[in-house]
Amino acid sequence: MNAGINWFKYSSPQTFFPLAGKLVLCFGVLSAIACAAGLYLGFFVAPTDAQQGEAYRIIFIHVPAAWMSMFLYVVMAFWAGWGLAFNTRLSGMMASAIAPTGALFTFVALWTGSLWGKPTWGTWWVWDARLTSELILLFLYFGFMALQAAIDDARRADKAGAVLALVGVVNVPIIYFSVKWWNTLHQGASVSLTKSPTMAATMLTGMAVMAFGFWFYSIAASFARARCIMLERERASDWAAGYAKGSA
Amino acid sequence: MIWGSWENFLAMGGYASYVWGSYLVTLALLIAEIVLLALRRRGAIEGVRSRNAASQGKR
Repeated sequence: MNAGINWFKYSSPQTFFPLAGKLVLCFGVLSAIACAAGLYLGFFVAPTDAQQGEAYRIIFIHVPAAWMSMFLYVVMAFWAGWGLAFNTRLSGMMASAIAPTGALFTFVALWTGSLWGKPTWGTWWVWDARLTSELILLFLYFGFMALQAAIDDARRADKAGAVLALVGVVNVPIIYFSVKWWNTLHQGASVSLTKSPTMAATMLTGMAVMAFGFWFYSIAASFARARCIMLERERASDWAAGYAKGSA
Repeated sequence: MIWGSWENFLAMGGYASYVWGSYLVTLALLIAEIVLLALRRRGAIEGVRSRNAASQGKR
């Protein structure tokens, strides 16, 4: 046998619950630190943009939120698919826990994009490939949550949601590559693996630090929600009763 | 400080409504999610308690 951490130990709600509680605290603190540092870099270190003036400062939440909206969907679909394939209890709970936070960041990406589009493009909204596919992502999140809410039996809700999540995952590469595949009003990727960045180093650093802040926030929020779902679904269990007794 | 004064900072070079409109709405949504999570946690604990009280009453 392999020495070290027994990961399967944490695949049951009973043992994962206290670990998730510690992770919520840990990532919550990390997120606050990263967001504070990112906002400082974004507002007090990064210079004014030569073309867009100060309007570009929306980038420090717009791009990280857009990244999180896509990343969280993939993680949600992964857990949903894992639960569908292996019928593990915790996977479906994790998928349900991620969805509202993913929807939140999708809305933030659309909202900030709109407020950025008005001064730079002259319009709040256009039906171009990038914007439309991101809007579809928001509807996929809403659809996933509505479908799960409409089914009383938690196991069946997980399965139905998983099918929707897995079908919808095809939308994520469409969003990502939309600016390449179609002629869009939206600019190309600000950061790419193949080209050197087209923005000032301090702007890029601020954006990256904010992305870490949003990422840590998402982990904390998802685990906090997963803990609620565990208590709701296993309210008849001894471990849940013990926890409810001990907490004020 | 690159802004010179707090007035300049708040004015955001004339883009105040766009920049602060983005940041304040994002902040409000994050705070709302945290509050809703805290309420849901309280509700979940209450649910466990009432369920427990009911099953003990039956015994």
